[in-house]
Amino acid sequence: MAQESTGQRTEHLIAVPDKISVTMTVNRVETRISVAPWTTLLDALRDRLDLTGTKKGCDHGQCGACTVLIDGRRVNSCLTLAVMKDGAEVTTIEGLATNGALHPLQQAFIDHDAFQCGYCTPGQICSAVGLIAEGKAKSDDEIRELMSGNICRCAAYPNIVAAIRQVMGGTS
Amino acid sequence: MINFQYARANDVADAVRLIAAEPSAKFIAGGTNLIDLMKEDVERPTRLIDITRLPLKTVEETASGGLRIGALVPNSDLAYHPLIELRYPVLSSAILAGASQQLRNMASTGGNLLQRTRCAYFYDTVTPCNKRQPGSGCSAIDGINRGHAILGTSEACIATHPSDMCVALAALEASVHVTGPAGDRTIAIGDFHRLPGDTPQRDTNLGRDEIITAIELPAKGFAKNYSYLKIRDRLSYAFALVSVAVGLEMDGDTIRQARFALGGVAHKPWRKLEAEATLNGQTASADSFNRAADLLLRNAKGFAHNTFKIELARRATVRALTQAARGTPQSQSNKKIA
Repeated sequence: MAQESTGQRTEHLIAVPDKISVTMTVNRVETRISVAPWTTLLDALRDRLDLTGTKKGCDHGQCGACTVLIDGRRVNSCLTLAVMKDGAEVTTIEGLATNGALHPLQQAFIDHDAFQCGYCTPGQICSAVGLIAEGKAKSDDEIRELMSGNICRCAAYPNIVAAIRQVMGGTS
Repeated sequence: MINFQYARANDVADAVRLIAAEPSAKFIAGGTNLIDLMKEDVERPTRLIDITRLPLKTVEETASGGLRIGALVPNSDLAYHPLIELRYPVLSSAILAGASQQLRNMASTGGNLLQRTRCAYFYDTVTPCNKRQPGSGCSAIDGINRGHAILGTSEACIATHPSDMCVALAALEASVHVTGPAGDRTIAIGDFHRLPGDTPQRDTNLGRDEIITAIELPAKGFAKNYSYLKIRDRLSYAFALVSVAVGLEMDGDTIRQARFALGGVAHKPWRKLEAEATLNGQTASADSFNRAADLLLRNAKGFAHNTFKIELARRATVRALTQAARGTPQSQSNKKIA
Protein backbone atom coordinates (compact mmCIF):
# COMPACT_ATOMS: atom_id res chain seq x y z
CA MET A 1 0.00 0.00 0.00
CA ALA A 2 2.78 2.38 -0.85
CA GLN A 3 1.86 5.67 -2.32
CA GLU A 4 3.44 8.34 -4.38
CA SER A 5 2.77 11.84 -5.53
CA THR A 6 0.38 11.96 -8.44
CA GLY A 7 2.90 14.54 -9.54
CA GLN A 8 3.36 15.89 -13.01
CA ARG A 9 0.90 14.88 -15.66
CA THR A 10 2.85 12.74 -18.10
CA GLU A 11 1.64 11.01 -21.18
CA HIS A 12 0.17 7.70 -20.19
CA LEU A 13 1.53 5.25 -22.71
CA ILE A 14 1.53 1.63 -21.78
CA ALA A 15 1.12 -1.44 -23.92
CA VAL A 16 -2.48 -2.58 -23.93
CA PRO A 17 -2.33 -5.71 -21.81
CA ASP A 18 -3.77 -9.02 -22.89
CA LYS A 19 -7.15 -9.83 -21.50
CA ILE A 20 -7.06 -12.03 -18.45
CA SER A 21 -9.16 -15.12 -17.96
CA VAL A 22 -11.35 -15.09 -14.86
CA THR A 23 -13.55 -17.88 -13.57
CA MET A 24 -16.37 -16.95 -11.22
CA THR A 25 -19.46 -18.74 -10.04
CA VAL A 26 -22.20 -16.30 -10.99
CA ASN A 27 -25.66 -17.14 -9.68
CA ARG A 28 -24.59 -20.77 -9.14
CA VAL A 29 -23.25 -21.15 -12.70
CA GLU A 30 -19.52 -21.47 -13.31
CA THR A 31 -18.68 -18.66 -15.69
CA ARG A 32 -15.44 -17.98 -17.51
CA ILE A 33 -14.73 -14.65 -19.16
CA SER A 34 -11.70 -12.79 -20.44
CA VAL A 35 -11.49 -9.23 -19.18
CA ALA A 36 -9.20 -6.25 -19.40
CA PRO A 37 -7.66 -5.32 -16.01
CA TRP A 38 -9.82 -2.20 -15.80
CA THR A 39 -13.17 -3.93 -16.35
CA THR A 40 -15.26 -3.56 -13.22
CA LEU A 41 -17.35 -6.45 -11.97
CA LEU A 42 -20.40 -4.26 -12.67
CA ASP A 43 -19.48 -3.82 -16.33
CA ALA A 44 -18.59 -7.50 -16.67
CA LEU A 45 -21.98 -8.52 -15.27
CA ARG A 46 -23.97 -6.11 -17.38
CA ASP A 47 -22.08 -5.98 -20.65
CA ARG A 48 -20.46 -9.39 -20.86
CA LEU A 49 -22.88 -11.68 -19.01
CA ASP A 50 -26.05 -9.77 -19.91
CA LEU A 51 -27.06 -9.63 -16.25
CA THR A 52 -28.52 -6.14 -16.41
CA GLY A 53 -30.48 -6.42 -13.17
CA THR A 54 -27.50 -4.92 -11.34
CA LYS A 55 -27.68 -1.18 -12.01
CA LYS A 56 -25.06 1.46 -12.67
CA GLY A 57 -26.08 4.54 -10.74
CA CYS A 58 -23.21 6.79 -9.72
CA ASP A 59 -20.38 4.37 -10.65
CA HIS A 60 -18.41 5.78 -7.66
CA GLY A 61 -19.58 3.72 -4.70
CA GLN A 62 -21.92 6.39 -3.42
CA CYS A 63 -25.40 5.15 -4.35
CA GLY A 64 -25.44 1.37 -3.82
CA ALA A 65 -27.42 0.56 -7.00
CA CYS A 66 -24.62 -1.80 -8.08
CA THR A 67 -24.66 -3.84 -4.85
CA VAL A 68 -24.08 -7.56 -5.34
CA LEU A 69 -22.99 -10.36 -3.02
CA ILE A 70 -19.47 -11.75 -3.30
CA ASP A 71 -18.96 -14.90 -1.25
CA GLY A 72 -22.11 -13.89 0.60
CA ARG A 73 -20.99 -10.35 1.49
CA ARG A 74 -22.51 -7.24 -0.01
CA VAL A 75 -20.14 -5.03 -1.98
CA ASN A 76 -20.24 -2.23 -4.56
CA SER A 77 -19.55 -3.95 -7.89
CA CYS A 78 -18.66 -0.61 -9.51
CA LEU A 79 -15.52 -0.36 -7.35
CA THR A 80 -14.57 -4.02 -7.81
CA LEU A 81 -12.24 -5.12 -10.59
CA ALA A 82 -13.43 -8.37 -12.19
CA VAL A 83 -9.85 -9.56 -12.58
CA MET A 84 -9.42 -9.55 -8.81
CA LYS A 85 -12.39 -11.86 -8.25
CA ASP A 86 -11.09 -15.01 -9.90
CA GLY A 87 -12.62 -17.93 -8.01
CA ALA A 88 -15.29 -15.84 -6.28
CA GLU A 89 -18.96 -16.69 -5.89
CA VAL A 90 -21.11 -13.80 -7.12
CA THR A 91 -24.84 -13.45 -6.54
CA THR A 92 -26.87 -10.79 -8.30
CA ILE A 93 -30.56 -9.96 -8.16
CA GLU A 94 -31.12 -12.52 -10.94
CA GLY A 95 -29.76 -15.26 -8.69
CA LEU A 96 -31.97 -14.77 -5.65
CA ALA A 97 -35.14 -16.56 -6.79
CA THR A 98 -35.10 -20.34 -6.49
CA ASN A 99 -37.14 -22.69 -8.70
CA GLY A 100 -39.24 -19.81 -9.94
CA ALA A 101 -40.17 -18.63 -6.44
CA LEU A 102 -39.22 -15.10 -5.47
CA HIS A 103 -36.72 -14.64 -2.65
CA PRO A 104 -38.62 -13.62 0.52
CA LEU A 105 -37.09 -10.12 0.27
CA GLN A 106 -38.28 -9.73 -3.32
CA GLN A 107 -41.78 -10.70 -2.20
CA ALA A 108 -41.59 -8.39 0.81
CA PHE A 109 -40.59 -5.41 -1.37
CA ILE A 110 -43.74 -6.09 -3.44
CA ASP A 111 -45.91 -6.58 -0.35
CA HIS A 112 -44.74 -3.29 1.16
CA ASP A 113 -44.57 -1.27 -2.07
CA ALA A 114 -40.93 -0.62 -1.20
CA PHE A 115 -40.06 1.14 -4.45
CA GLN A 116 -41.34 3.65 -6.92
CA CYS A 117 -39.16 3.91 -10.02
CA GLY A 118 -37.35 0.67 -9.13
CA TYR A 119 -33.86 1.64 -10.25
CA CYS A 120 -32.27 1.22 -6.83
CA THR A 121 -34.32 -1.89 -5.98
CA PRO A 122 -31.94 -4.67 -7.12
CA GLY A 123 -29.18 -3.04 -5.07
CA GLN A 124 -31.51 -2.52 -2.11
CA ILE A 125 -32.58 -6.16 -2.13
CA CYS A 126 -29.05 -7.57 -2.52
CA SER A 127 -27.92 -5.24 0.26
CA ALA A 128 -30.77 -6.41 2.48
CA VAL A 129 -29.83 -10.05 1.85
CA GLY A 130 -26.34 -9.18 3.07
CA LEU A 131 -27.72 -7.24 6.03
CA ILE A 132 -29.82 -10.17 7.23
CA ALA A 133 -26.91 -12.60 6.81
CA GLU A 134 -24.70 -10.30 8.92
CA GLY A 135 -27.23 -10.46 11.75
CA LYS A 136 -26.21 -7.09 13.24
CA ALA A 137 -29.41 -5.10 12.67
CA LYS A 138 -32.13 -5.62 15.26
CA SER A 139 -34.01 -2.32 15.45
CA ASP A 140 -35.38 -0.05 12.74
CA ASP A 141 -32.60 2.44 13.56
CA GLU A 142 -30.04 -0.27 12.96
CA ILE A 143 -31.68 -1.32 9.68
CA ARG A 144 -31.63 2.30 8.51
CA GLU A 145 -27.99 2.77 9.54
CA LEU A 146 -26.77 -0.45 7.95
CA MET A 147 -28.76 0.21 4.75
CA SER A 148 -27.41 3.76 4.42
CA GLY A 149 -25.18 2.70 1.52
CA ASN A 150 -28.27 2.33 -0.66
CA ILE A 151 -29.80 5.59 -1.81
CA CYS A 152 -33.46 5.71 -2.94
CA ARG A 153 -34.17 9.00 -4.68
CA CYS A 154 -37.90 8.23 -4.68
CA ALA A 155 -37.52 8.05 -0.88
CA ALA A 156 -39.28 4.73 -0.35
CA TYR A 157 -37.23 4.32 2.82
CA PRO A 158 -40.06 3.67 5.33
CA ASN A 159 -41.43 0.86 3.14
CA ILE A 160 -37.96 -0.56 2.53
CA VAL A 161 -37.41 -0.77 6.28
CA ALA A 162 -40.83 -2.42 6.70
CA ALA A 163 -40.04 -4.99 3.99
CA ILE A 164 -36.71 -5.89 5.54
CA ARG A 165 -38.30 -6.01 8.99
CA GLN A 166 -40.91 -8.46 7.70
CA VAL A 167 -38.26 -10.88 6.45
CA MET A 168 -36.21 -10.52 9.63
CA GLY A 169 -39.28 -11.77 11.45
CA GLY A 170 -39.83 -8.76 13.68
CA THR A 171 -42.72 -6.33 13.79
CA SER A 172 -42.19 -2.70 12.98
CA MET B 1 -10.61 4.61 -16.68
CA ILE B 2 -7.04 4.59 -18.03
CA ASN B 3 -5.34 1.44 -19.23
CA PHE B 4 -3.06 -0.30 -16.78
CA GLN B 5 -1.30 -3.61 -16.30
CA TYR B 6 -2.25 -6.07 -13.58
CA ALA B 7 -0.09 -8.30 -11.41
CA ARG B 8 -0.90 -10.49 -8.46
CA ALA B 9 1.52 -10.64 -5.53
CA ASN B 10 2.04 -14.06 -3.97
CA ASP B 11 3.65 -12.98 -0.70
CA VAL B 12 4.90 -9.81 1.00
CA ALA B 13 8.41 -10.11 -0.47
CA ASP B 14 6.91 -10.51 -3.92
CA ALA B 15 4.73 -7.42 -3.39
CA VAL B 16 7.72 -5.32 -2.31
CA ARG B 17 9.78 -6.57 -5.27
CA LEU B 18 6.98 -5.70 -7.72
CA ILE B 19 6.39 -2.20 -6.35
CA ALA B 20 10.11 -1.42 -6.16
CA ALA B 21 10.53 -2.42 -9.80
CA GLU B 22 7.94 0.00 -11.17
CA PRO B 23 7.79 3.55 -9.76
CA SER B 24 4.32 4.28 -11.15
CA ALA B 25 2.73 1.04 -9.94
CA LYS B 26 0.34 0.94 -7.01
CA PHE B 27 -0.92 -1.68 -4.63
CA ILE B 28 -4.61 -2.47 -4.64
CA ALA B 29 -6.56 -4.15 -1.84
CA GLY B 30 -10.20 -3.08 -1.30
CA GLY B 31 -9.95 -0.53 -4.09
CA THR B 32 -12.74 1.62 -2.66
CA ASN B 33 -10.72 4.82 -2.89
CA LEU B 34 -8.15 3.99 -5.56
CA ILE B 35 -10.61 2.78 -8.23
CA ASP B 36 -12.73 5.87 -7.65
CA LEU B 37 -9.69 8.14 -8.03
CA MET B 38 -8.67 6.28 -11.18
CA LYS B 39 -12.13 6.81 -12.65
CA GLU B 40 -11.72 10.52 -11.87
CA ASP B 41 -8.30 10.54 -13.57
CA VAL B 42 -6.67 11.69 -10.33
CA GLU B 43 -4.63 8.50 -9.87
CA ARG B 44 -2.91 7.14 -12.98
CA PRO B 45 -0.94 4.01 -12.06
CA THR B 46 0.68 2.05 -14.89
CA ARG B 47 0.19 -1.20 -13.00
CA LEU B 48 -1.96 -2.40 -10.14
CA ILE B 49 -0.39 -4.97 -7.87
CA ASP B 50 -3.16 -7.05 -6.32
CA ILE B 51 -2.23 -7.83 -2.71
CA THR B 52 -5.55 -9.35 -1.66
CA ARG B 53 -4.15 -12.89 -1.65
CA LEU B 54 -1.40 -12.08 0.88
CA PRO B 55 -1.72 -13.78 4.29
CA LEU B 56 -2.45 -10.57 6.24
CA LYS B 57 -6.02 -11.30 7.29
CA THR B 58 -5.79 -12.32 10.94
CA VAL B 59 -6.18 -10.54 14.27
CA GLU B 60 -3.68 -11.93 16.77
CA GLU B 61 -2.94 -11.27 20.42
CA THR B 62 0.53 -9.88 21.12
CA ALA B 63 2.85 -10.83 23.98
CA SER B 64 2.34 -7.37 25.51
CA GLY B 65 -1.41 -7.82 25.79
CA GLY B 66 -2.35 -5.93 22.66
CA LEU B 67 -3.59 -6.99 19.25
CA ARG B 68 -1.89 -7.22 15.88
CA ILE B 69 -4.36 -6.60 13.06
CA GLY B 70 -3.40 -7.85 9.61
CA ALA B 71 -3.42 -5.09 6.99
CA LEU B 72 -5.98 -6.94 4.87
CA VAL B 73 -8.60 -7.46 7.57
CA PRO B 74 -11.75 -5.85 6.12
CA ASN B 75 -13.06 -2.81 8.02
CA SER B 76 -16.37 -4.56 8.78
CA ASP B 77 -14.67 -7.68 10.17
CA LEU B 78 -12.49 -5.51 12.34
CA ALA B 79 -15.41 -3.47 13.68
CA TYR B 80 -17.30 -6.64 14.64
CA HIS B 81 -14.30 -8.65 15.85
CA PRO B 82 -15.12 -9.90 19.37
CA LEU B 83 -11.77 -8.76 20.83
CA ILE B 84 -12.10 -5.29 19.25
CA GLU B 85 -15.65 -4.91 20.52
CA LEU B 86 -14.58 -6.08 23.98
CA ARG B 87 -11.26 -4.31 24.46
CA TYR B 88 -11.23 -1.43 21.95
CA PRO B 89 -14.87 -0.41 21.49
CA VAL B 90 -13.87 3.12 20.45
CA LEU B 91 -12.20 1.61 17.38
CA SER B 92 -15.24 -0.50 16.58
CA SER B 93 -17.48 2.55 16.95
CA ALA B 94 -15.28 4.77 14.78
CA ILE B 95 -15.16 2.22 11.96
CA LEU B 96 -18.95 1.82 12.01
CA ALA B 97 -19.33 5.61 11.85
CA GLY B 98 -17.60 5.66 8.47
CA ALA B 99 -18.69 4.76 4.94
CA SER B 100 -21.41 2.14 4.26
CA GLN B 101 -21.49 -1.54 5.09
CA GLN B 102 -20.72 -2.41 1.44
CA LEU B 103 -17.60 -0.24 1.50
CA ARG B 104 -16.57 -1.53 4.94
CA ASN B 105 -16.86 -5.09 3.59
CA MET B 106 -14.41 -4.19 0.81
CA ALA B 107 -12.02 -1.74 2.47
CA SER B 108 -8.89 -3.07 4.16
CA THR B 109 -7.39 -1.90 7.45
CA GLY B 110 -4.15 -0.82 5.76
CA GLY B 111 -5.99 0.88 2.92
CA ASN B 112 -8.08 2.90 5.37
CA LEU B 113 -4.85 4.58 6.54
CA LEU B 114 -3.98 5.47 2.94
CA GLN B 115 -7.27 7.10 1.98
CA ARG B 116 -6.73 10.34 0.17
CA THR B 117 -8.53 13.56 0.97
CA ARG B 118 -12.06 14.16 -0.29
CA CYS B 119 -11.29 17.83 -1.03
CA ALA B 120 -13.42 18.56 -4.10
CA TYR B 121 -10.56 20.41 -5.78
CA PHE B 122 -8.28 17.40 -5.39
CA TYR B 123 -10.89 15.42 -7.32
CA ASP B 124 -11.51 18.12 -9.92
CA THR B 125 -8.67 17.78 -12.41
CA VAL B 126 -9.37 21.11 -14.13
CA THR B 127 -8.62 23.16 -11.01
CA PRO B 128 -5.21 23.79 -9.43
CA CYS B 129 -4.34 21.54 -6.48
CA ASN B 130 -0.93 21.23 -4.86
CA LYS B 131 -1.69 17.75 -3.62
CA ARG B 132 -2.62 16.48 -7.08
CA GLN B 133 -0.16 18.59 -9.04
CA PRO B 134 2.57 20.10 -6.84
CA GLY B 135 3.16 23.77 -7.46
CA SER B 136 -0.14 24.39 -9.23
CA GLY B 137 -1.71 26.20 -6.26
CA CYS B 138 -4.51 25.55 -3.76
CA SER B 139 -8.03 26.22 -5.00
CA ALA B 140 -9.59 25.60 -1.60
CA ILE B 141 -7.91 28.40 0.37
CA ASP B 142 -9.95 31.03 -1.47
CA GLY B 143 -12.62 28.63 -2.72
CA ILE B 144 -15.45 26.66 -1.17
CA ASN B 145 -13.77 25.46 2.00
CA ARG B 146 -16.61 24.55 4.34
CA GLY B 147 -15.31 21.01 4.85
CA HIS B 148 -11.65 21.92 5.13
CA ALA B 149 -9.05 21.97 7.87
CA ILE B 150 -8.79 24.40 10.78
CA LEU B 151 -5.62 23.02 12.35
CA GLY B 152 -2.14 22.37 10.98
CA THR B 153 -2.89 23.94 7.60
CA SER B 154 -0.28 25.46 5.30
CA GLU B 155 -0.35 27.97 2.49
CA ALA B 156 -0.07 25.03 0.12
CA CYS B 157 -2.98 22.90 1.36
CA ILE B 158 -5.95 22.94 3.74
CA ALA B 159 -7.23 19.42 3.01
CA THR B 160 -8.42 17.04 5.74
CA HIS B 161 -7.79 13.35 6.21
CA PRO B 162 -11.15 11.59 5.75
CA SER B 163 -10.76 8.50 7.94
CA ASP B 164 -12.81 7.80 11.06
CA MET B 165 -10.84 4.66 11.93
CA CYS B 166 -7.56 6.57 12.08
CA VAL B 167 -8.96 9.03 14.63
CA ALA B 168 -9.59 6.14 17.03
CA LEU B 169 -6.20 4.62 16.20
CA ALA B 170 -4.59 7.95 17.12
CA ALA B 171 -6.34 8.01 20.51
CA LEU B 172 -5.30 4.39 21.09
CA GLU B 173 -1.67 5.11 20.10
CA ALA B 174 -1.57 2.31 17.56
CA SER B 175 1.53 1.56 15.52
CA VAL B 176 1.88 0.65 11.88
CA HIS B 177 4.09 -2.25 10.77
CA VAL B 178 5.55 -1.87 7.29
CA THR B 179 7.93 -3.84 5.10
CA GLY B 180 10.15 -2.47 2.34
CA PRO B 181 13.27 -3.42 0.40
CA ALA B 182 15.36 -2.50 3.47
CA GLY B 183 13.31 -4.71 5.78
CA ASP B 184 10.65 -4.16 8.43
CA ARG B 185 10.01 -1.04 10.50
CA THR B 186 7.31 0.29 12.80
CA ILE B 187 5.80 3.76 12.58
CA ALA B 188 3.78 5.29 15.44
CA ILE B 189 0.33 6.29 14.20
CA GLY B 190 1.06 9.90 15.20
CA ASP B 191 4.06 9.90 12.85
CA PHE B 192 2.36 8.03 10.04
CA HIS B 193 0.27 10.83 8.52
CA ARG B 194 1.88 14.15 7.70
CA LEU B 195 0.87 17.77 7.92
CA PRO B 196 0.73 19.35 4.45
CA GLY B 197 3.58 21.87 4.85
CA ASP B 198 5.02 22.56 1.42
CA THR B 199 4.74 18.91 0.32
CA PRO B 200 0.99 18.23 0.46
CA GLN B 201 1.40 15.60 -2.28
CA ARG B 202 2.77 13.32 0.44
CA ASP B 203 0.00 12.18 2.75
CA THR B 204 2.09 9.80 4.86
CA ASN B 205 5.62 8.82 5.79
CA LEU B 206 5.23 5.40 4.20
CA GLY B 207 7.92 4.85 1.59
CA ARG B 208 6.81 4.47 -1.99
CA ASP B 209 8.18 0.94 -2.04
CA GLU B 210 6.88 -0.07 1.38
CA ILE B 211 3.78 -2.08 2.22
CA ILE B 212 1.70 -1.94 5.40
CA THR B 213 1.54 -5.43 6.89
CA ALA B 214 -0.22 -4.83 10.23
CA ILE B 215 -1.61 -2.33 12.72
CA GLU B 216 -0.73 -3.01 16.33
CA LEU B 217 -2.83 -1.90 19.29
CA PRO B 218 -1.21 -1.56 22.71
CA ALA B 219 -2.86 -3.28 25.67
CA LYS B 220 -4.72 -0.21 26.93
CA GLY B 221 -8.08 -0.01 25.16
CA PHE B 222 -10.18 2.35 27.36
CA ALA B 223 -13.06 -0.12 27.09
CA LYS B 224 -15.09 1.32 29.97
CA ASN B 225 -14.94 5.03 29.28
CA TYR B 226 -14.87 5.94 25.61
CA SER B 227 -16.89 7.59 22.89
CA TYR B 228 -16.67 8.28 19.17
CA LEU B 229 -18.80 11.28 18.30
CA LYS B 230 -19.11 12.22 14.64
CA ILE B 231 -20.85 15.36 13.41
CA ARG B 232 -21.78 15.42 9.73
CA ASP B 233 -24.30 16.88 7.29
CA ARG B 234 -26.35 13.66 7.05
CA LEU B 235 -27.23 11.13 9.74
CA SER B 236 -25.19 8.45 8.02
CA TYR B 237 -22.80 7.85 5.13
CA ALA B 238 -21.11 11.24 5.07
CA PHE B 239 -17.61 12.40 5.92
CA ALA B 240 -17.12 14.15 9.24
CA LEU B 241 -17.31 17.88 9.61
CA VAL B 242 -15.83 17.16 13.01
CA SER B 243 -15.35 13.91 14.88
CA VAL B 244 -13.88 13.10 18.28
CA ALA B 245 -12.45 9.85 19.63
CA VAL B 246 -12.10 9.75 23.42
CA GLY B 247 -10.62 7.21 25.80
CA LEU B 248 -10.53 7.87 29.54
CA GLU B 249 -9.08 5.88 32.39
CA MET B 250 -11.21 6.73 35.40
CA ASP B 251 -10.94 6.18 39.14
CA GLY B 252 -14.37 7.13 40.39
CA ASP B 253 -14.86 10.70 39.18
CA THR B 254 -11.14 11.27 38.82
CA ILE B 255 -9.46 11.02 35.45
CA ARG B 256 -6.26 8.98 35.62
CA GLN B 257 -5.46 9.29 31.95
CA ALA B 258 -7.16 11.04 29.05
CA ARG B 259 -6.71 10.53 25.34
CA PHE B 260 -8.65 12.34 22.64
CA ALA B 261 -8.22 13.00 18.95
CA LEU B 262 -10.13 15.04 16.39
CA GLY B 263 -11.09 14.01 12.86
CA GLY B 264 -12.26 16.19 9.98
CA VAL B 265 -10.20 19.17 11.10
CA ALA B 266 -6.67 18.54 9.84
CA HIS B 267 -4.45 16.71 7.37
CA LYS B 268 -4.10 13.99 10.03
CA PRO B 269 -5.93 12.92 13.17
CA TRP B 270 -5.33 15.78 15.59
CA ARG B 271 -4.03 15.23 19.10
CA LYS B 272 -2.53 17.67 21.56
CA LEU B 273 -0.74 16.01 24.46
CA GLU B 274 -0.80 19.23 26.49
CA ALA B 275 -4.62 19.29 26.34
CA GLU B 276 -4.82 15.65 27.42
CA ALA B 277 -2.36 16.21 30.28
CA THR B 278 -4.52 18.96 31.81
CA LEU B 279 -7.17 16.33 32.55
CA ASN B 280 -4.90 13.85 34.30
CA GLY B 281 -5.73 13.76 38.00
CA GLN B 282 -8.68 16.13 37.51
CA THR B 283 -12.30 15.53 38.36
CA ALA B 284 -14.48 14.91 35.33
CA SER B 285 -16.51 18.11 35.04
CA ALA B 286 -17.77 20.64 32.54
CA ASP B 287 -15.04 23.02 33.72
CA SER B 288 -12.15 20.64 33.22
CA PHE B 289 -13.51 19.43 29.87
CA ASN B 290 -13.98 22.99 28.63
CA ARG B 291 -10.40 23.86 29.59
CA ALA B 292 -9.07 20.82 27.75
CA ALA B 293 -11.13 21.59 24.65
CA ASP B 294 -9.99 25.23 24.68
CA LEU B 295 -6.40 24.07 24.70
CA LEU B 296 -7.01 21.55 21.94
CA LEU B 297 -8.49 24.21 19.64
CA ARG B 298 -6.28 27.10 20.75
CA ASN B 299 -4.41 27.58 17.48
CA ALA B 300 -7.32 26.73 15.21
CA LYS B 301 -7.73 29.02 12.22
CA GLY B 302 -10.82 29.12 10.03
CA PHE B 303 -11.26 30.09 6.40
CA ALA B 304 -14.19 31.79 4.67
CA HIS B 305 -16.70 28.96 5.10
CA ASN B 306 -15.42 26.75 7.91
CA THR B 307 -14.89 29.01 10.91
CA PHE B 308 -17.93 27.33 12.47
CA LYS B 309 -15.83 24.19 12.84
CA ILE B 310 -13.75 25.73 15.61
CA GLU B 311 -16.65 26.08 18.02
CA LEU B 312 -18.23 22.86 16.72
CA ALA B 313 -15.03 20.94 17.44
CA ARG B 314 -14.69 22.53 20.87
CA ARG B 315 -18.25 21.60 21.85
CA ALA B 316 -18.02 18.13 20.29
CA THR B 317 -14.89 17.50 22.34
CA VAL B 318 -16.61 18.51 25.57
CA ARG B 319 -19.64 16.36 24.68
CA ALA B 320 -17.57 13.30 23.79
CA LEU B 321 -15.50 13.65 26.97
CA THR B 322 -18.73 13.86 28.96
CA GLN B 323 -20.14 10.77 27.22
CA ALA B 324 -16.93 8.87 27.94
CA ALA B 325 -16.77 9.91 31.60
CA ARG B 326 -20.39 8.85 32.14
CA GLY B 327 -19.81 5.52 30.42
CA THR B 328 -22.53 6.34 27.87
CA PRO B 329 -20.74 6.30 24.51
CA GLN B 330 -22.34 7.70 21.37
CA SER B 331 -24.46 5.10 19.57
CA GLN B 332 -23.73 4.72 15.85
CA SER B 333 -27.32 3.70 15.04
CA ASN B 334 -29.42 5.93 17.29
CA LYS B 335 -27.85 9.25 16.33
CA LYS B 336 -29.42 11.34 19.06
CA ILE B 337 -26.51 12.94 20.88
CA ALA B 338 -26.91 12.39 24.61
